[in-house]
Order: sequence, then structure tokens, then C-alpha cells
Amino acid sequence: MSDVNLSNEEIARYSRHLIMPEVGMSGQRKLKQGSVLLIGTGGLGSPLALYLAAAGVGHIGLVDFDVVDSSNLQRQIVHGTSTVGVPKTESAKRRLADLNPLVEVTTYESQISSENALDLMRPYDVIIDGTDNFPTRYLTNDAAVMLGKPNIYGSIFRFEGQATVFYPKEGGPCYRCLYPEPPPPGLVPSCAEGGVLGVLPGVIGTIQATEAIKLLTGIGEPLIGRLMLYDALAMRFRELKLRRNPKCPVCGEHPTVTELIDYDQFCGIFPEVNMLSNQYEITPSELAELLQTAGRPYLLDVRNPYEVAIASISGTDKVIPVDQLPERLSELDTSLEMVVYCRSGARSGRAVELLKSAGFRKVKNLVGGILRWADDVDTSVAKY
Amino acid sequence: MATITIPTALRQYAAGNSSVSLDVETVGALLRGLVEQHPTLGRHLFSEQGKLRNFVNVYVGDEDIRYLEGEATPVSSGDTVSIIPAIAGGI
Repeated sequence: MSDVNLSNEEIARYSRHLIMPEVGMSGQRKLKQGSVLLIGTGGLGSPLALYLAAAGVGHIGLVDFDVVDSSNLQRQIVHGTSTVGVPKTESAKRRLADLNPLVEVTTYESQISSENALDLMRPYDVIIDGTDNFPTRYLTNDAAVMLGKPNIYGSIFRFEGQATVFYPKEGGPCYRCLYPEPPPPGLVPSCAEGGVLGVLPGVIGTIQATEAIKLLTGIGEPLIGRLMLYDALAMRFRELKLRRNPKCPVCGEHPTVTELIDYDQFCGIFPEVNMLSNQYEITPSELAELLQTAGRPYLLDVRNPYEVAIASISGTDKVIPVDQLPERLSELDTSLEMVVYCRSGARSGRAVELLKSAGFRKVKNLVGGILRWADDVDTSVAKY
Repeated sequence: MATITIPTALRQYAAGNSSVSLDVETVGALLRGLVEQHPTLGRHLFSEQGKLRNFVNVYVGDEDIRYLEGEATPVSSGDTVSIIPAIAGGI
């Protein structure tokens, strides 16, 4: 450890760390020797990457397969208007190079998978989960447990966030001790469906960055075995006890999951082609033609009222939010030809499945939702 | 009266309420009383077999009921019971 030295340039840059006895020269050297892998360079990954680079963590790995979109900039502060359309890893690398050219940044422009996860994580001291979906969260957890590495977890929804450090090697629980099973798809809305307050990932990502710096320098009390909950609306932090489950399939006494599995299947996610056959799908261009005809289909919007306030397809006959659909089926006529839409086609796909099971036979899902309608048919419709 | 707090993700199924207070003696009775008031919450909390779902954690104070007495865990006046669902958002 002590054979890594700080240059005068580094001493000047990190002086506010160096004059604190809790960090000092030895802590700063540990940061310089330390390495962190960030899975996801989005809402949580943005403040994480910025603060860890600024703090002088020697090696930062960034994993993301996405490109920067203008709708990301409300919260993903590592990116900018000048990098819209650029891969997120490259965009973040450029910003970090400006912020602190003394840290090494390695980018992996790929999706983390059961095939590459162990190899991606192996060179790093600390793994940080800043992803946005259940399959990747279980994959990150299982791989980190198998490698004996700490996994700093953060998750957000609308106004609420959760953070903790999963570190079974140090006696703490893992993600599966907390949630043995994922919710079935559709039961818990995603950020794209549910929205997120832009500053929320700033708070949670910064908690994760704090924990990474504490683990690397060995100071303070790590957030192991405690789940931090944050409610931005109430402006309230709470802490819950997390316990290690001795029967946990990954970190328990007799683990049954000893190699990485198919996490999409584990989370009940199957390729979309299996969920809907073409008979139950319609493209925006096909719908536009049909709407001009005398026998035009009944058009059902299953989005929430606050989304309808942003944009709609003209000629919409009814709005029933997808979660109210089970109780409001009686408002619909089973004999009608019906096209169902939402923002991207995911919720309306579920609505079509529900309608089919309730005896509706002539229902179709608008593929790609109002977003694709705006691209293919009516460019005056706002995309959100 | 014990109070149960409803997380943001589930408030849309509870007429927007962030908490409900009921005069009951166990966590199970509190959960079932909550579902009685807001039936749409039912499928989010309980499986078709009526079992509390595995991705919904329930805490009395800061303790997981899985490590107490489960749904039979007693609640007394002033206790706060929290539903903590799995959330995955990050971007």
C-alpha cells in the first residue's frame, strides 16, 4: 500500500482530504490504489462517477451500453447537451478526463451479462450497482457474492430511494437475503413509466459514493446490514435492519446458486415475440390508415392522466390507466375492434394480454406506443 | 392504533394515501385491513394463495417481520409498520 506515492500535483489537488486526519496521506494513497466498477452510467452512475473521480479513486470502470438522450439530462449530470447521441461510457469518460485527468477510466460499452460479469468485476475492489432493472441487479449481486466483493446498492423510484452495502464476506447480507425473489414483470413500474425526481439519484448516488470512499480508505462505519431509506417529499431518512439469511441461495450456509444463471428468465422476462403474436399487434402507420376508414377501431389509452396532459393521439376514445383496467372492464365493449396504446407499448402490451384473458378478441397493441407514433406518423406529437 | 406506511410505488393503488391507521393487534390484521380499504393493493401484496409476496418486505419499527413472528407479530398503539417493496430504478 505505502509504496504508492502522491505527486506534488496530487498533493495540491487533494489537499482538503490530506488535512483531515481521517483521510490524510494514507487514506489518499488508498484511494489512488483503489478501483471501483460502476455498473450503469445513468442517474446513480453520474454523481458516483463525478465524486469518485474528483476524490482521486485511482481506477474507475464504467459499464453501459446506452447512448445519451436529451431526456437523460434532467438528472444524469455527468453527461451534457454536447454529448447527446454519444455512448454514455464515452460521454462520461470525457467529462471525467476534464474533472480529474489523474484517474484512469476504463469503459466497457456493453451490457453486463452472465457471460462477462465475473471477468468485468474481477479486477476491481468495489462494485457499485447503479442499474435500472431487476435482472441486472440480481446478476450484479450474485457475481459480487461469488467474487467476495462488496456491492454498493442504490435504487430509486419517483421520490424515494434505498441504499445499502451488500458484503457477505464481511458478515453482511446480500440482495437475495433482502429480496429472495424479484417481482413479476409489470407489477412494479420502471423509472421510464413511473418517473423520477431529477435530484433523487443525486442524493442516493452520493450516498453510494460516500460508502465506496469509506470502504476503500477503511474509515467510518460502513452501511452494511442497514438499509437507508430516503423520502425526498417528506425529507426524511430512515434506517432498517438487514439480516443475513442463513438459507440464502447465494450467500447462505448451503448455497444452491453457485454459478451465474439466466437472469431474464429468473425475473420472468421473455422475448416479446412470445408474449404477443402479430395478430394482436398493429404499427403506427397501419393504425393511421385504419383511423381514416369508416370502420375505424376504438382507440384506448392506458396511460396515466398526467401523461395524457403531455401528449395524446388524436381520436382517442377513452383513457383508462392500466392499473385501473381490471376494475373498469365493464366500461368497454368486448365486440369492438380496439387498439390499445401507452408511451412505449409495454403497458399496452400487458393491457392487451389482460383484455384477451377477459374475453376481448379483437384487441391490438400499438407497437412502440405514442413514441413511435410521433416518429412514424405525427411528428407534431411531443415525445417524453 | 398502529400505523402502516405505504411506499410511493403503491400509493396509486391506495387512493394516494401515504399511511393508514387501524385499531388491530397483529401485522397480518393491519395488512388485511389495509387491503379491505384499498382492494387494488391486494394483488401487489398477496399472492393468489393469500401469502405475503416474497418481494414485499414488512417491517415493524426497523425490524423485518420475517425475523419476528411474521404476520402474527403483535403491534401496539403507536407502532409504525412499513411496507418496503423491491424497486429497481437507477437511471
